[in-house]
Amino acid sequence: MDAALIPKGVKRCPIWQFVMWIGVNGAVLAWGVFAMLLVYIKGLNQTNMNNAYGFALWIWADLAVIALGGGAFFTGFLRYIVGKDELKNIINYAVLIGFICYSSALLILGFDVGQPLRAWFIFWHANVHSMLAEVAFCLTCYFGVLTIEYIPLILENRKLDQVPFFHNLGHNMHEIMAVFAATGAFLSFFHQGSLGGVPGVMFGRPFGFREGVLVWPWTFFLFTWSAAAVGPCFTILITKITEAIARKKLVKDNVIELLAKISGWMLFFYILAKIADTWYWANFTAPSKGFNFWDFYTNNPGSAYGIWIFIAEIGICGVIPALILITNKGRKIQATLWLAVLLAVFGVCLNRWVMVLQVLAIPVLTFENWFAYFPSWQEIATTLLPVAYGVILISASYRYLPIFPQERELNPIEGSAAPAEGAVREPASTDSGSGAELSPAKS
Amino acid sequence: MKIENAKKFGMVIDLDKCTGCGACMVACMAENNIPFREDDTDKLLSVSWMYVYRLNNGKPFPDYEECYLPRPCQHCEGHHGHSPCVSVCPSTATDYDMATGIVSQIYPRCFGCRYCMAACPYHVRQFNWWDPIWPDGMEKMLNPGVSVRMRGVVEKCSFCIQRYQAAKDQAYMEGGREIEEDEYQTACAQGCPAEAITFGDLNNPEHAVHQLAQPDPAHEGRSKNPKAFRLLERLGTNTKIYYLSSREWVRKAGDNYLNGEVKNKAHG
Repeated sequence: MDAALIPKGVKRCPIWQFVMWIGVNGAVLAWGVFAMLLVYIKGLNQTNMNNAYGFALWIWADLAVIALGGGAFFTGFLRYIVGKDELKNIINYAVLIGFICYSSALLILGFDVGQPLRAWFIFWHANVHSMLAEVAFCLTCYFGVLTIEYIPLILENRKLDQVPFFHNLGHNMHEIMAVFAATGAFLSFFHQGSLGGVPGVMFGRPFGFREGVLVWPWTFFLFTWSAAAVGPCFTILITKITEAIARKKLVKDNVIELLAKISGWMLFFYILAKIADTWYWANFTAPSKGFNFWDFYTNNPGSAYGIWIFIAEIGICGVIPALILITNKGRKIQATLWLAVLLAVFGVCLNRWVMVLQVLAIPVLTFENWFAYFPSWQEIATTLLPVAYGVILISASYRYLPIFPQERELNPIEGSAAPAEGAVREPASTDSGSGAELSPAKS
Repeated sequence: MKIENAKKFGMVIDLDKCTGCGACMVACMAENNIPFREDDTDKLLSVSWMYVYRLNNGKPFPDYEECYLPRPCQHCEGHHGHSPCVSVCPSTATDYDMATGIVSQIYPRCFGCRYCMAACPYHVRQFNWWDPIWPDGMEKMLNPGVSVRMRGVVEKCSFCIQRYQAAKDQAYMEGGREIEEDEYQTACAQGCPAEAITFGDLNNPEHAVHQLAQPDPAHEGRSKNPKAFRLLERLGTNTKIYYLSSREWVRKAGDNYLNGEVKNKAHG
């Protein structure tokens, strides 16, 4: 039914299967949209946030998806600035994942403010000293860059490519894509850092506060570093999940292993820096405010923020994946590769969680107690909304766009075999349609 | 930025006098049109510019002691006006006034991101989770000098700044004279039946608040009065609310200390 839209030389599932898959995710999406409308209409009283927990699940989700979306800028940086040519085979997917992550972050920010109609004040009345103002500017600009990077990919669709204007537009956009990749890398270094600066500058909150250099607390650099390290892990993880669902190999091992190796070394040095930062904070920064390390991890209800969370973040989800990924064997064995990227992704999410939620949970006034929080169903539904949206956009993009340049080579369709519905029996060709990536196109 | 004849409004709260009656909270709510709900029992969802904490020394009877601690906005100066909440606000909806020392909040500019709430360790910044609904007829008793806040914005104690504006207007009409100490007093200070709250200009040696607090400008306003303390002084927030207590455990309750630095800690 939609065979004309499917890239040449690749096999896709029947349309009924695709529609059912979209339908299931669409139901989750609809649930999230319903909750979002409730929040927009009735206000933030639909959440379980309160005056102690002004930041909660949504801000964590924002920080987490932006960190995970860091694969787009860092892979682009490696591909276009450093010149790692092999990464052209995964850059499309990294851009798509980044686009989903950043659009999700903006979507969440839209309903996470008390007066959404005034959200533009952040640009109009910008306070240049505020980390959040910098985040808003950079994040919006970078989303624009990701959109520009994603558009040529959409224009590679078989039907759209037949329109001369779209064909030429896509071609010309490819030509200048390196400029946008460099811009994206520049913007990302700043907004990822500013997100780290959000807790880092709060000198009234000893758990989050860090010293630093000039106006930037150490968390500024740690957040950028961790996003650059773990973003590619998330790209690998989503690629692996896509391969598992599609039941075919989409990216060659050498590409994955190269990205994993760079990610591993980035993670290794990040975790060393994180340990050094934690040691200094625990021994000097926090004591100067009257706190010792254990004050932050004990006497809280249900040990929700016990020492386990510290060990999990830095040890299990930091040191272990770094050690796996820097070894050749660890990257080559699929089980350890899966484990490492899963742990790394979980670790960066946990880091963002503690830097938002734990900062607010800890009592600073001596006569207050730990604050507890559990999100409302509206918060959970609206946080799952971007997940469902991401799955749908990835599914549609995978079905109709040449996301993976190596797919045809890795999965040649037998000329004698009967194609499934939606499949095209043309032999693999070398035209620019399905072999596209975000580099200057072949003219 | 150095401002000539700058004032630094602040407060001294004598905890030995405070009975915890809550009159300061009531006076504040009436003066500043603070909204309330039918069920306002969850204090993490309600708005209280002035909130009275109940502290105890954690000891069993007969050594058990209590203390009430009223907590308005601390109007932090930080280092040179770098208060925890002002610098983080992305839309410049809050400001530290170097001429008065008052941390203000611009309600129509706040878009409710709540970063200031996260940054404030005193929980003085509170969010309007609901639109204010006044019982029938009560809207006629609202203070016309104070704007009513809408759902989705943050609000906090302003040191009844509308009273300062009114006093300044009066002084201007009378030849541009200086305002007297008793011409600008906050509602909580006037409402306290025990006279536990003293308000005035910390920069003016003639004001009672200066004489009680004895701020040391060389040490960011730290009090020279051995009975006085400020909340969380070690954070560097440089607040303008001074508390007085003759009891050491109360004074120590004002800040966090490492093991061995202090023996008795208070309990909330």
